Amino acid sequence: MTNPVNDSAASEYSLAELMICAGAEAFRNDGEVLATGIGLIPRLAASLAMKTFNPDLMMTDSEAWLLSEPNPVGNREEGFVQKNETWMGFSRIFDNVWSSKRHAMVGPTQIDRYGQANISALGGTYEQPKVQMLGVRGFPGNSISHANSFFVPSHNKRVFVEGECDVVASIGYNPQRLPKGYSLDDIDIRLVITDLCVMDWNGPDHQLRLVSTHPGVSVEQVLENTGFEVIVDGDIPVTAAPTQAQLDVIRQLDPHNLRARQLKDNPPGDRRQ
Amino acid sequence: MDKRMTAADIVAELQDGMTIGIGGWGPRRKPMALIREILRSDLKDLTVVAYGGADVGMLCAAGKVKKVVFAFVSLDFIPLEPYFRQARQKGEIEVMEIDEGMMLLGLRAAAWGCPYIPTRIGLGTDVVRVNPEIKVIDSPYDEKEWVAMPALKLDVSLLHADCADERGVCQIKGSDHYMDDWFARAAQKTFVSCDELVDADYFNNPEESRYVFWERSMTSGVCLQPGGAHPTSCAPLYGFDVPHFKEYNASAKEGGFEAYFEKFISNSNEEEYQAKVGGLEAIKQLPLPVY
Repeated sequence: MTNPVNDSAASEYSLAELMICAGAEAFRNDGEVLATGIGLIPRLAASLAMKTFNPDLMMTDSEAWLLSEPNPVGNREEGFVQKNETWMGFSRIFDNVWSSKRHAMVGPTQIDRYGQANISALGGTYEQPKVQMLGVRGFPGNSISHANSFFVPSHNKRVFVEGECDVVASIGYNPQRLPKGYSLDDIDIRLVITDLCVMDWNGPDHQLRLVSTHPGVSVEQVLENTGFEVIVDGDIPVTAAPTQAQLDVIRQLDPHNLRARQLKDNPPGDRRQ
Repeated sequence: MDKRMTAADIVAELQDGMTIGIGGWGPRRKPMALIREILRSDLKDLTVVAYGGADVGMLCAAGKVKKVVFAFVSLDFIPLEPYFRQARQKGEIEVMEIDEGMMLLGLRAAAWGCPYIPTRIGLGTDVVRVNPEIKVIDSPYDEKEWVAMPALKLDVSLLHADCADERGVCQIKGSDHYMDDWFARAAQKTFVSCDELVDADYFNNPEESRYVFWERSMTSGVCLQPGGAHPTSCAPLYGFDVPHFKEYNASAKEGGFEAYFEKFISNSNEEEYQAKVGGLEAIKQLPLPVY
């Protein structure tokens, strides 16, 4: 599918593009599941996976149809016809969620050491939060039903909190909250893609573990910006650069370059001096 | 049976303290003309069950709400609903915060006459910690525990449909009818505003009747209100009004709900409201959103 030239690592790419390619890896071995990326970079990550190494993925138009081809993001050309394959209204999304044949990449406001996540509210009391956010939305159902990955555009201690999340909206690897009859292995949290690194939950007892650091980011930088322990096991590789072929596909999926507006100042992917 | 009513007739059926389900989803196909009629009334102490948007925010801001049953309250392109946010941050309202799928199960339980539906959803999260009315139970069939999502019994549901006939046969031709059918089935009475009234034989065509998602016995009253979902969308007829939502959102920072309410709602009937937002023809031209 790709020629040797296109298969080689690109020399210039943005951090957003690096994160899209790293995020696509989350869906590589998923087989035939609904891939849902909430937010532009996660959506492009899922779309890139579907367009390249996992064409079996399913995807919606974010409204009411399953698509055989991911829609490009942003305004589409006059006369654009999306490739519907199945009606998929919101009630049917729940049928899919509860069947477990889905992998969502979501962007929590808080993530704790157990992989529990929060999009509901911050601070204060539950009765009177300091900051009301969305509400738990679909996090409780998603987290106990199917695979989830996390996208974090700004890796810091306000996101990776020292204690538990202010509101635990999704189940994680917390033995104190484990329901009767469940084991920690029943919970399926996959990758964490941040602006500094890629991590997973495959440390001892499902602790957060560093998988790779982005070019120009040190291990210390990751540890300093995380409010709890991150397992660092041996030499940590550098996150693979996008290939030219991947960048070409990303350009087709995002013709208006909306990805350039997702991260502050649109930094380059390679931050080595 | 002729079930035609006015918005005022419908709101006259509501009482203080009722549990009211509101159809639609976020900024999409909300029965906003009916909500505005409630805002003009002296109703209070309502419990609202909704996939919430400005409907929930406005009712909270106007002091109509005792409790909100919600999974989210959002305007989508403006992620956080400004007035719901204020009400929560002032500690003004009681809440039952649940997963969006749990809400569907609660509506189904009410529709089917079950006290609860067992589900995994909510286990291991604060949903089962902050909601004492949601019990976790043992199963007679396995060794696991299960959340017993209680029936969300509604006194009334308020919905907006594309069109209806006078008997209460309602059609939603937008690409998603969301959970409106379950709101209709979970309620003692369901009142539907619609953009168009059609003759009963309109539905003789199977291409039309297949977009009817609940039987007319579930509909207590219908109210013709073209543009009645504004500022929310009623696809495929019209999209949501982005500039209006931006003004609404900005009012929370400057002026407050009182100013918005006075400008658009308190001194205006629906016709005057529509004139203030550019007129019905302008509403019908609002572009559908691209996702």
